[in-house]
Amino acid sequence: MAFISSGYNPDKPMEGRISDIGPRHFTEFLPPVIAKNFGKWDYHEILEPGLLCHTGVSGDKAYTVRCGTARLMTVTHIREICDIADKFCGGFLRFTTRNNIEFILESLDEAKELMKFLEAQKFEGGSYKFPVGGTGAGVTNIVHTQGWVHCHTPATDASGTVKATMDAVFDDFKEMKLPAPVRISMACCLNMCGAVHCSDIAILGIHRKPPIIDHKYLDNLCEIPLAVAACPTGAVRPSKVEIDGETYKTVAIKEERCMFCGNCYTMCPSLPLSDGEGDGIAIMVGGKISNRLTKPAFSKVVVPFVPNEPPRWPTMTKVIKKILDTYAAEANKYERLGDWANRIGWERFFEKCDLEFSAHLIDDFRDPAYYTWRQTSQFKW
Amino acid sequence: MAKHKTPLLDQLESGPWPSFVSDIKQEAENRAKNEKGLDYQVAVDCPEDLLGVLEMSYTDGETHWKHGGIVGVFGYGGGVIGRYCDQPEMFPGVAHFHTVRVAQPTGKWYTTDFLRQLMDIWDLRGSGLTNMHGATGDIVMLGTTTPQLEEIFWELTHDMNNDLGGSGSNLRTPAACMGMSRCEYACYDSQELCYNLTQEYQDELHRPAFPYKFKFKFDACPNGCVAAIARSDLGFLGTWKDPIKIDQEKVAAYVGGEIAPNAGAHAGRDWGAFDIQKEVVDLCPSQCLSYEGGKLVMDHKECVRCMHCINTMPQALKIGDERGVSMFCGAKAPILDGPQMGSLLVPFVEVNKDDDYQAIKDIIENVWDWWMDEGKNRERIGETMKRLGFAALAEAAGVGIDPRQVQEPRHNPYIFWKAEDVEGGWERDIDDFRKRHQR
Repeated sequence: MAFISSGYNPDKPMEGRISDIGPRHFTEFLPPVIAKNFGKWDYHEILEPGLLCHTGVSGDKAYTVRCGTARLMTVTHIREICDIADKFCGGFLRFTTRNNIEFILESLDEAKELMKFLEAQKFEGGSYKFPVGGTGAGVTNIVHTQGWVHCHTPATDASGTVKATMDAVFDDFKEMKLPAPVRISMACCLNMCGAVHCSDIAILGIHRKPPIIDHKYLDNLCEIPLAVAACPTGAVRPSKVEIDGETYKTVAIKEERCMFCGNCYTMCPSLPLSDGEGDGIAIMVGGKISNRLTKPAFSKVVVPFVPNEPPRWPTMTKVIKKILDTYAAEANKYERLGDWANRIGWERFFEKCDLEFSAHLIDDFRDPAYYTWRQTSQFKW
Repeated sequence: MAKHKTPLLDQLESGPWPSFVSDIKQEAENRAKNEKGLDYQVAVDCPEDLLGVLEMSYTDGETHWKHGGIVGVFGYGGGVIGRYCDQPEMFPGVAHFHTVRVAQPTGKWYTTDFLRQLMDIWDLRGSGLTNMHGATGDIVMLGTTTPQLEEIFWELTHDMNNDLGGSGSNLRTPAACMGMSRCEYACYDSQELCYNLTQEYQDELHRPAFPYKFKFKFDACPNGCVAAIARSDLGFLGTWKDPIKIDQEKVAAYVGGEIAPNAGAHAGRDWGAFDIQKEVVDLCPSQCLSYEGGKLVMDHKECVRCMHCINTMPQALKIGDERGVSMFCGAKAPILDGPQMGSLLVPFVEVNKDDDYQAIKDIIENVWDWWMDEGKNRERIGETMKRLGFAALAEAAGVGIDPRQVQEPRHNPYIFWKAEDVEGGWERDIDDFRKRHQR
């Protein structure tokens, strides 16, 4: 390949340089009906799963067709999406916070035609390219992180666990038959780039083995004081070891203090935690973000560990499906998953969802743990 | 013929949900065909090698990506994340596979022209793989090599008038809900505020000077679609002060079954006829609603603006007119000190575009000054706030003290009084004390 220059001259890096311009202004990207009714919307309706209608004070209507994506997308696939937006929507589209695509149309007939078109698009392997759904009292797309596709600290894969989960709950993406929306989120390590700590159901990659110490290289690759300071529990301290008659400056780890967060590895590549047997998934439930009815809430760990079972993680999807189905059958209308569990009591939640309660589920991390223990005789048998 | 055998990944091609494996295979095929005759600037077969290395992870149960290393564009400390494969001989196409974060237009609205331009850059100079979008909100371009970084940046800025996003210990790319562009609940223009602050703080976004990452998120109402309250160091949540507006005729239409409750969100199941008493009045968390004689009545002073009644009857109930923003501080995921929800720092502040949002900027800058002075390396502001106390943050932010900032008052009486709080101060005379008390 011949190197193609964009115009950048490495000998004069400041020449003609443009920086700190930020993103383009969003008004450049609004479809005409959106721009016209900006700030003047009256109400909205979900006409059917995946189809929203927003009515402006002016009487204008904007029909939104929503479809799911894998989030990890290729240039070819995005160009296909552009072709669709050009053909049906005057060259406009939007992505939602949960990695769905939304196409805006001005007539119901066109919206229905687009829905039919989207449902007919399939990958060669057989899956939908643009499944329509993800609205109202259902499961919408899963927000997730990089996993084994691109990240250096994951305990599991993200795209694969998400694909397996969405296949298992696909009906609830296509329909709106749950008591309330259920937000499933995925983060491939405790660092939680995906911030799954407030999700109805969270899939969380976790490590279970303390870091391996690469003694011979540690002092060359990292600052020992930073690695020491990185440990939230004080498990890492400076040390020296002798290997083959040579003394190396390194660290020692008090293994019983390790909570497997991986923060030391982030500061020091010579302290890897990844392990085929040690790594897997914790399942958390009952978090929420909205202020509706009840306060925003953290997710709670209900399954401390499920092993990695690529490519389809059957144990994980079975647990998720059981929780989702039990919630769907038992919760009240408008009641979020965590609110249902709070109402019936967590001891009952474990019983109904066929989950084992173990010592690993009792919080022992610092002060906030105390507030999760029971200080009342009001429990259920 | 595929370059690597991927029997495990192939199993992710079946099932209804869009398969990223099928998509990557499609890309690999298209790059191999190269119908446009591009002189690809990174390995043509990097999609195949990405599948190869991922298959290896599926077999091993371990990642094969190494720590970043320092790569980036001149003058910026963020926006590019270095990434290298730990099996470069087996997968040379992804041996160097850096991520480029691109600032997304607020609300994630796009024209196809913009996306196509971006895809042309990424076709030529990158792997052809992206994330739409990263968890913080940026457009994420997955996989390129170091020599391409300045070229990509040049084309982004010169040809597309668009910048990189944030990474590292700096302000991360701010994100907003789609707000007024398509939502009747928007209490302020979340997109405009997000855009304005993004532009104002470009220096903080591109040149790491903070103890750790810092995120702004903008939700235009208490429904919280971008999770500002849970995942941003400073979260902005639209709210209002005056009464919810009630259209009694429309209320009657909901009660009469002419309009589906909750905008039709529960249509997939027969929940029976809408029961306003059971579904709205009895569920109101502050019990400020009653339904008498066919009219919905609200004791608006008691309303906590949870949005339930409005969400349930969006055609009948509208948010109030005296609108502004609540600011929450310190939300984060567990690393390091456990998860934290944003704490209400400012119950209400005006969102005033006419004075360039000065009231909001004053608070932000006060908060940053305090955190940069007090925060330890890799300490999120939520942790600094916990370590030094909420009152210290509120004082530094210059926002005043208000019972709305707490769920309930303190449980312990270990109050850190200051000398100036106490009559006569702390300076005392031991001889004077001994006049009253023998040794």
